[in-house]
This record gives sequence, C-alpha cells and structure tokens, in this order.
Amino acid sequence: MATAPIVEIDKVSFGYDPAHPVLHGVSLRIEPGSVVGIMGQSGCGKTTLLRIIAGWLKASAGNTRVLGESVRDLDSDGIYALRRKMGMLFQFGALFTDMTVFDNVAFQMREHTDLPPDLVHDLVMMKLEAVGLRGVAQRMPSELSGGMARRVALARAVALDPRLMLYDEPFTGLDPISLGVIARLIRTLNDSLGQTSIVVSHDVEECFGIVDYVYFVSAGRIVAEGTPDELRRSAEPFVSQFVLGEPDGPIPFHYPAPTYEADLAAPAKNA
Amino acid sequence: MLAGLRQGLADLGSGATAKLLRLGFAARFFVAILLHSGTAFRRFGLTIREIYFAGVLSMVIILVSGLFVGMVLGLQGFETLQRYGSGDALGVLVALSLVRELGPVIAGLLFASRAGSAITAEIGLMKATEQIAAMEMMAVDPIARVVAPRFWAGVISMPLLAALFSALGIFGGYLVGVKLIGVDEGAFWSQMQASVDVRNDILNGVIKSLVFGVAVTWIAVFEGYDAPPTAEGVSGATTRTVVTSSLAILALDFVLTALMFTGGNAK
Amino acid sequence: MKRSIIDIWVGTFVAVGFGGLLFLALKVGNLASFSTAETYQVQAKFANIGGLKVRAPIKSAGVVVGRVSNVTFDNESYEALVTFNVDAQYRFPRDTSAKILTSGLLGEQYVGLEAGGDGVMLKQGDRLRLTQSAVVLENLISQFLFNKAAEGKDSKDGK
Repeated sequence: MATAPIVEIDKVSFGYDPAHPVLHGVSLRIEPGSVVGIMGQSGCGKTTLLRIIAGWLKASAGNTRVLGESVRDLDSDGIYALRRKMGMLFQFGALFTDMTVFDNVAFQMREHTDLPPDLVHDLVMMKLEAVGLRGVAQRMPSELSGGMARRVALARAVALDPRLMLYDEPFTGLDPISLGVIARLIRTLNDSLGQTSIVVSHDVEECFGIVDYVYFVSAGRIVAEGTPDELRRSAEPFVSQFVLGEPDGPIPFHYPAPTYEADLAAPAKNA
Repeated sequence: MLAGLRQGLADLGSGATAKLLRLGFAARFFVAILLHSGTAFRRFGLTIREIYFAGVLSMVIILVSGLFVGMVLGLQGFETLQRYGSGDALGVLVALSLVRELGPVIAGLLFASRAGSAITAEIGLMKATEQIAAMEMMAVDPIARVVAPRFWAGVISMPLLAALFSALGIFGGYLVGVKLIGVDEGAFWSQMQASVDVRNDILNGVIKSLVFGVAVTWIAVFEGYDAPPTAEGVSGATTRTVVTSSLAILALDFVLTALMFTGGNAK
Repeated sequence: MKRSIIDIWVGTFVAVGFGGLLFLALKVGNLASFSTAETYQVQAKFANIGGLKVRAPIKSAGVVVGRVSNVTFDNESYEALVTFNVDAQYRFPRDTSAKILTSGLLGEQYVGLEAGGDGVMLKQGDRLRLTQSAVVLENLISQFLFNKAAEGKDSKDGK
C-alpha cells in the first residue's frame, strides 16, 4: 500500500548566508499518520528544516513537497492555502497576549470560517477539553504558567483540525509532569484526529516515547534515522553519544581553540 | 591616519546605503499597508479598538498640554503686543499660532511620543514573542490584521487631537487674556474671527495634522515590524520611532508651511 | 476591555474631536459669514493696487460687503484688473467708486466702495468706472519733495 508521503524532502540545501549553508542535501519522508522526530543538537538546522516545510524559507536547492504541493512553486496565496491545512506549535506558545484564552483558540475559526458564535463556542470548549484546560477559558495568557500556555497554544493550533502538525521544541523548559502531559497530548491528538506530526526536539526521553520514526541531524546533514528501538541499539557513535547524553564523542566537548599551553603562555590581553 | 579617514568614509558610505535600503523597505511596507487595508475597514471594530488605544488614551495629555500652551501664549503674547499698543489683537495671535502651527505640530510630537512609541513597542514585542509568526502560520496576514488597523487609527486620530489641542489652547489664551489680564472680550473674539480664515488657516491646519498622522504612524508601525526580536531591539526601535517621527514632523511642517502660507497666498 | 466600553470611548473621542473642529470653524474662524452666501461679480481697473491681495475684504461704510476674488494684469491698458465677489444682498449704483485703502496705519489693504447716485444698480459682470489707486509711499515721498522744491523755487523767485 503506497500512500503518498505527507512530506517529502529531496536533497534540500539552504543557507541564511549563501556562503555558509545550514542544510546540505537533506532528504527525508514523512508517512501519513506517523509521528516523526527530527532531533539533533542546538543549531544543527532542525528548526530551519521545519521552517522550510512551513514555507517560510525557500530552499536554495532540492525539492520540498508538502501535502502534495511543491512548496517553492507556490505564491503567497498558495502558501496561505497550504498553511490552512497545517498547524504549528511554537516553542513558547506564542499566544496572543491581548486576548483571552478563549479568543486565542477561537482565532482561526473566526478568521477563516463563518461559523455562528454558538458553534464557535462549542468547538473552543471541545479543543480546550482535549488539552484539559477548559477551566481557564476566560483567563489572559499572562496569567498562565509556561506549561499551560503551551497546551492552550496546542488547542489553538489544532482548532481547524489540520492534517499536518509541526512542533518546534515542545518539551523545552517544562517540569516533568507538564512534559508527560504534552507528550501524551501530541500522540493522542495525532492518532485521534488522524494527523501526521513532526516533532523537532532534543529531548531524547520524551521524544522516543511517542514517535514512530526519528531523523538525526548534525551539522546540516542527516546522520542517522530509524525507529526509536533501532536507534537505542545503534552503534553509530553520534547516535549513541546523543542518546546516552555523553559529554564527549563525535561532538567534541572542547570548542575549537589554540592548544592549552599556547593560551596559558600568551600574555594577558586586558591587563 | 589616511587609512582611518578612508575607513571612516567607507563606514559613512555603507551606513548611508544601509539607511537608503531601509528607507526603500519602509516605502514598500507603506504600499503593502495601503494594499492590505481592506480588512481594517471591513472589520472596522479592529480599527476602533486601535483608535481607543492611540487616540482616546492620548486625549488627557493633549488636552492638558493644549490648555497650558494656550495660556502661555496668552501671557507671552500680551506682553509683546502691549508694547505696540495692540493688546486687543491677542485673540488673533493665539488663534493663528495654534491653528496654523502649534496645534498640528505639538499634538503631533506628543502623539509620536505617547502613541507612536506604544505602537512600536507593541508590534515589536509581538514579533519578538513569535505572535506575528504564529499568525502567519495560521494563514492570517499580520499586515492586514495587526498593522493596517493601527495605521488608520493613527491617521484618523491625529486631526481630531490637533483640533482639540488648538481649541483648548484658544480657550486657555482666553482664560489668561480676558479673564486674568483684562483684554476686552469682544475685541478678543471679533478680531480673531475676522483674521482666522476657515479655508486658509483651519483647513490647512487639518491637512497638516493629517500629513503628520500618516508620517508618525507609518514610522511607528514600520519600526515595530522591523525591530530585532530582542529586548535591546525593541527598545532601540521605540527610541527611533520618537526621534524619527519628531524630526519628520518638523521637516514636513517647514515644507507644508512654505507651500501653504507663503507662496500660495501672495497673489 | 469590553467591546462596548471601547466603542463608547471612541465615539466620545470622535464626537469631542469634531466638536473641537466645529468650535474652531465657527467661533474662531469666519465660517459663519460669506462662504455660503450668494455673490455677484464686479470688476474694476486700478493704476496701482499696492498690497491688495486676493480674499481682501471689500468694505462700504466700514462694513464688509464682499471679497476680492481675482487680481490680474490687463496687458492692453497696462492696469490691474481686480474682480470682486459682492454679497448678493447688497446692491450698489452703477456709478459707485472703488478706492484702495489701508486699515490703520500699517494694516492690510482693502477696497472701499462709495455708493454713487445713479438709479440703475450694478449687475453681474459690470465694471466700475471710478477708481482710485493705492497710495504708494515712494510716490508720496517724491511728490512731497517735489512740492517742497517747487515751493522753495517759488519763494526764491518771488523775492
């Protein structure tokens, strides 16, 4: 059964500065209905990859197909239409601070549909119920804790039942309970709403617990891929350093610098 | 030393080209605002909300400043006019100074520092906390939804604020001149009415305040939208808004005054 | 903030703002007079208009009865051709004269109309025959000096 992949990236390269590419010939496929993790160190290019999928950045080489459309060929109307089928959860929620929680979740419904207020109200309540935050519907985002804000943002992102969900570092800075809640929500929403999800993260524990497949990115290249079990057993040095959290390995502990003796012998610069 | 001079010139050149680049971007941004203004008018509630934050909340400072400026004009004006035996012309002095110049200009400067900086900070912070990006990801054009309503709110509020400033200033001049100093009330108003022309003075004042409104709000929304998404970036942007707007108001005031009040009238 | 409260405040703001504009237009400016009144046009030629400007008042017996609407140069008679808009409620005889006067000693210049005695009134497009030009300071001074010189010469001759 060959269903078309939701996302298909073929030898994509990109650089904010053309002389220093951030991504070199990256290729990956996201099968429908799966939760895929894109993992790697900070600054390895995984957020950039997410932005290319969302149509924010145009790859300088290679092909990006999302939901059957070639992203680089779309004009701004086309990109907006594509985004109607996608949802994105930003790292710190990015809730609109001048509106209540209710208005935040209702935002897409009010902007893109003509649903009557009663229906909008019920839908918002449903989405908030799914993330367990029906009780804060009338609060302002500034009154919420980080974890709660992120869950509200999740409810907002899935308001119109998008087919593809993008998660940018959803686990960053959360306490263990909230971590567990968000991870469970990502998985259950994906399965119950029939979505496909891409999770960009560097939290191995939480991520491995919910994803079906993982791509490891390092210095702008895919260095490993596989299911969580395969990767846990992997002998690949980078993978095992990352998975086990070892301080030194393929990713060195020391940032490139002159030799220790040279630095100690050099005269003090700011005497 | 020559190398230092050359470096200085190179920096000046690149700084100038950078500023020109920014100005070009700002111009394109302005056109984008105009093109995407449909939402601001179709869903006028958005614009009304911004008029509240920009206009209504500026009323207090405008009214109070207008009153004080008018009162000072009354005091200083009488002082000088009296030397030429023209104390009765105080009404003319106060009214013309306010309606032609001080009303639009000072109201514009106050608006820039109060409302302009607030708009810049708000948009800048929205950008820094990824709210603008979130809006784009939800397929809502942030320029139509966030920027354009604020722009039109500023353009609508400015003439009203300038008129209020002038009106209250004239009242302040009346309080000081007639009630305090004792200038003849009839002469005060009748000479004023004889010398202030609706078309040439008042209307020109309104046109000035409209132009200032466009300039100040444009600068405010642009600096906010273009601010680097950091704390220093936003604070730098708000400072730039106030400084650039103030300079723009004064420069435009000169140009408009030259066009309206000198060359145009001398037939 | 509740929508209704915002709307009330914005409505108040706009109303007060327009009120300010209205105050300026009516109590401070001269909107009450003339901008909607009906006028008829009359012309006059002057040898020298001095500092007369468009929109200068036209007064008769000290009362403003109209405004100067246009000033051009007649290339055939080499005189200034001034067009007045006179308020329709005031009728003047055909032989009315027009003088260019100065309000106060250093004030702005205006046109003074002195009604004549003719039975027939001025109509739209008529031309005033009798005009007196503005007093030009230089001419006045040179005339004064000339007179003084003539006086001195006469008295010398007379001796």
